[in-house]
Amino acid sequence: MSDTAIAGPGPSARVIAFPAMAARCLRLSSRSIDALMTSLVLPVILMLLFVYVFGGAMSAGGGNYVSYLVPGVLLLCAGFGAANTAVSVSQDMAGGIVDRFRSLDVPGRAILAGHVAASIVRNTASTALVLGVAFLIGFRPHASAAGWVTAAGVLLLFVLAISWLAATAGLLARSAEAAGGFTFLVMFLPYPSSTFVPIRTMPGWLQGFARNQPVTPVVETMRGLLLGTPVGAAPWRALAWCAGILLVSAAASGLLFRLRTR
Amino acid sequence: MIDDLAVEAADLAVEAAGLEKSYGSERVLAGLDLRVPAAHCYALLGPNGAGKTTTVRILATLVRPDAGRATVAGCDLLADRAGLRSRISLSGQYAALDGLQTGAENLRMVARLAGVPRRQAGRRSAELLERFGLSDVAGKRVASYSGGLRRRLDLAASLVSEPSVIFLDEPTTGLDLPSRLTLWEVIGELRSTGMTVFLTTQYLEEADHLADTIGVINAGRVVAEGSPRELKQRVGSRRLELTLTSRPAFDEVARAAARRIVSADGGRLSVSVATDGSAAQVRDLLDSLDPAREAIASFAVRSATLDDVFLALTRPSAKEAISV
Repeated sequence: MSDTAIAGPGPSARVIAFPAMAARCLRLSSRSIDALMTSLVLPVILMLLFVYVFGGAMSAGGGNYVSYLVPGVLLLCAGFGAANTAVSVSQDMAGGIVDRFRSLDVPGRAILAGHVAASIVRNTASTALVLGVAFLIGFRPHASAAGWVTAAGVLLLFVLAISWLAATAGLLARSAEAAGGFTFLVMFLPYPSSTFVPIRTMPGWLQGFARNQPVTPVVETMRGLLLGTPVGAAPWRALAWCAGILLVSAAASGLLFRLRTR
Repeated sequence: MIDDLAVEAADLAVEAAGLEKSYGSERVLAGLDLRVPAAHCYALLGPNGAGKTTTVRILATLVRPDAGRATVAGCDLLADRAGLRSRISLSGQYAALDGLQTGAENLRMVARLAGVPRRQAGRRSAELLERFGLSDVAGKRVASYSGGLRRRLDLAASLVSEPSVIFLDEPTTGLDLPSRLTLWEVIGELRSTGMTVFLTTQYLEEADHLADTIGVINAGRVVAEGSPRELKQRVGSRRLELTLTSRPAFDEVARAAARRIVSADGGRLSVSVATDGSAAQVRDLLDSLDPAREAIASFAVRSATLDDVFLALTRPSAKEAISV
């Protein structure tokens, strides 16, 4: 036992593995022009698109549509950015680099956690950017300091859950293109929810789905925290969804990693 | 007796017995045995699909065998994976590096992952870059490297953890000649530092140049093992190709050449026999096979190819001839 520790990577190397992987993933995404474009510029474009293209029609119904929209757009962007984790994980799995990591005895969960950590940093940056632009174009929240902190926490939890789910999808995908498909799935999830329009304006058959999918309670919670709208049971349902996705993804990704690297 | 065995086992860097692996119905390894003495360079020589990569991946703990056992650097393959991984390195067929990181960043990352403290990681990386002649390109992204530079950096990355056994899977496949020669030099240096080098190759010339011991692998089994010299003596390093004047001449020469024959084609009246390529031996062969100087129309001498080695090693009579 002590022999192993002297010879090389003992427990300490396993502890180092996670921060070293996270630093690597962050460096890679900061250098990939594609990743930068999709995670920083695209969210801003999306928000401007919604506010200026659809915003006119929506606000005809009264109220400040920018303020209604921004919590949802923050969520959409964060979810989309987090989903990109699928692409980077699948690239690692397809290239030879995962073999090098494994022969260095880097645990699979450290590899995946590195990608998730990079995703959280990336999305924190893009959220700050989107929020900044939102203020410029008329977002006027009335939240307390505690509300802001809680909203940041909710968003963080959502990003964490979607990132792990995306890492799992990245393990399932056999190519980066296939992994990209998952990104689209996550990107479309906010549409049939209360992100852009109130659910009561949707056809009946869609309302059932819209009410019972993860994005709706998270959006409602964010809106409540930033704008003071009534939330009901939404925070608890949001918490349950995120925790559930996180747990299932963490377990499934561990299993899939072992299967893919048998 | 028991002491002898113990010493012998301790001196083996790699010992595998009865390794088997199938993917679906395809049997890739069919009971592979091999023994590599410590500080040796061992080349596993074989064509595509013979099971070379699977062998290396099993020995490096990346793939679990279906059956069999192996010890690498004193660690059991199945019982002590962590110990084994800490003593070996693998440089795969495709350079396992991040194209978006620079050469120096890649090496520092590997050093950190291998458990080297931050300050030492920088120093170790700089040393290796220097040693492999990569200092000039250390600050450039790997995506801009040529194939030869990539392989060299990959090799450097494999040395960061100071392994006692290093596995190189087809280290020069796809490289141009100058890059191949540079890499041969680098691999030769590794061997001189006392490290055990286990490489796979499909080039007889490469195995001949680098290895102390060559294992010839075919259809998932090591079919012959020995020093390059031994193998060449068994198989012949060159081929004397004879074109005969007539069918009776063909029969006569084929009979006279007997066990030396590597291949024969009655339709084309050609016979290929093993030789060392020396003028004296070629002259003797021509004289002894055709004393009347009527049967042989023309001859040519060429290097033995891997195909020749396999033909020689898998022909029943040849197998008998080479079994020790």
